Amino acid sequence: MSFLKIQDIHHTYFSNQTAATALADISLDIEKGEFVSFLGPSGCGKTTLLSIIAGLFPPTSGKILLENNPLKADSDFSIGYMLQQDYLFPWKTIEENVLLGLKLIKKNEGLEKIKTLKLLSDVGLGGTGKLYPRELSGGMRQRAALARTLAVDPKILLLDEPFSALDYQTKLKLEDLVFEILKSFGKTAVLVTHDIGEAIAMSDRIYLFSAKPGRIYKTFEVPDELRELTPFHARNHPHYSALFQTIWKELESLEY
Amino acid sequence: MNIEQLHSQYKTSLKKENRLIRFYQILIFIVFFSSWELFSRMRWIDPLIFSSPSKVWHLFIKKLGDGTLLSHSGVTLFETVLGFIIGTLLGTILASLLWWSPRLSKTLDPYLVILNAMPKVALGPIIIVAFGPGFPSIISMGAIISIIITTIVVYTAFREVDPNYLKVLQTFGATRAQSFREAILPASFPTIISTLKVNVGLSWVGVIVGEFLVSAKGLGYLIIYGFQVFNFTLVMLSLMIIAFFATIMYQLVELLERKLIKD
Ligand SMILES: Nc1ncnc2c1ncn2[C@@H]1O[C@H](COP(=O)(O)OP(=O)(O)O)[C@@H](O)[C@H]1O
Ligand SMILES: [Mg+2]
Repeated sequence: MSFLKIQDIHHTYFSNQTAATALADISLDIEKGEFVSFLGPSGCGKTTLLSIIAGLFPPTSGKILLENNPLKADSDFSIGYMLQQDYLFPWKTIEENVLLGLKLIKKNEGLEKIKTLKLLSDVGLGGTGKLYPRELSGGMRQRAALARTLAVDPKILLLDEPFSALDYQTKLKLEDLVFEILKSFGKTAVLVTHDIGEAIAMSDRIYLFSAKPGRIYKTFEVPDELRELTPFHARNHPHYSALFQTIWKELESLEY
Repeated sequence: MNIEQLHSQYKTSLKKENRLIRFYQILIFIVFFSSWELFSRMRWIDPLIFSSPSKVWHLFIKKLGDGTLLSHSGVTLFETVLGFIIGTLLGTILASLLWWSPRLSKTLDPYLVILNAMPKVALGPIIIVAFGPGFPSIISMGAIISIIITTIVVYTAFREVDPNYLKVLQTFGATRAQSFREAILPASFPTIISTLKVNVGLSWVGVIVGEFLVSAKGLGYLIIYGFQVFNFTLVMLSLMIIAFFATIMYQLVELLERKLIKD
């Protein structure tokens, strides 16, 4: 039995005039500790699927099982969600932001608090706890958002294009950081991206989506040699460009 | 030329500019009052109607001495502050209820539009009949004039909060009450403060009109009384005291704004 099981998800957005099908026939399995990517052009339903996995709204049909149990957002923090922007609360300090999840379940004291604040130094933000988000750079803010997500110890992390608003250098550094932290905590993760290179460098498996309605078009296994490397080094491996070319061609063919 | 020199030059020019502006402000003040005094003494304007600064000043000293001014100002100030607080508070609470229940908000929408378009002071006579000709009526007037507009403005601010903040909270399993406290309310603080500023002016309108109608006590009563006995010096004095207190209230709200909103 797999860790996360996604079965026959269909999703249609209804409005007064239209019924737009965003997702059709989505089925996939993710094992514990795996890192998978959803890759595809914008509008192919990646965010929709992630929101459904996060339990933000139910799919029109289909089901999702985490360790054989149906998912709910308000259960025991099985899900951590990171968005394209950090969405740190500007009126809270970094520390208060990171403790937010614990505060909501009234656990932001004692040992839990100390453990959480240690997370800040894990993501390289030691000593910034008393600052406000506006005093931090984009990359630092996104790291704080990562710490906030990890603070509640989720079983699975959902990353919705978390690097796409960053400049290239910051993005490469943050990819490495997220990769290493998730590996060291043994977390399962789903990354949404439209960047082929990022998908190859970070994940174990890549699901390529086609649009209208969003479907899984192809699945690519990333070779073991690349999986073991950090994203930065993976980008320099010969297997990387081969896989890049293959996926590039598939994406091109999708457009026609 | 080094940076420090340039910087001090910049600072001096800034100071000079500020001094100049202050000078013009004081000039306007002096020109206004001295020409008022002069015109009145030369009878270019009717001193019976427009009075004069010196007469207003003498009346001020006299009324201050016999204690009537203090008691009338005290009453009006009390009513205005209370009307202002009640209006803002009820408006914000109403906005929270509308946010809480989208169905309620949709249902009430046309009624809010009507109530907002309605000139609230026209309700004065009904309020006075309902609450009696005393300060409860006047406070209600001060409050009712700002409730609906506060509700509409604050509710709009609640709805404009970036839904992604709610998404973050929702993935942490936050309840609706928690979402309200952690995101909706603090994100709307700037709007709430700016409605406070508008409400200062509105509650003065409500209270003064209320005092016109009840005609028993307060600065509004002094204006109406001065008008009826043709004592325009009293009217002018009351107006100036209103301007003074309204300005102070506005400044206090600005102080609160600087305290509450750090970014
Ligand atoms: N709340 C919504 N209501 C209606 N249509 C939506 C909504 N959210 C997304 N869509 C539509 O669903 C499709 C998939 O959107 P999305 O999941 O955001 O794609 P992606 O994240 O891959 O860019 C798009 O065509 C989009 O217009
Ligand atoms: Mg998206």
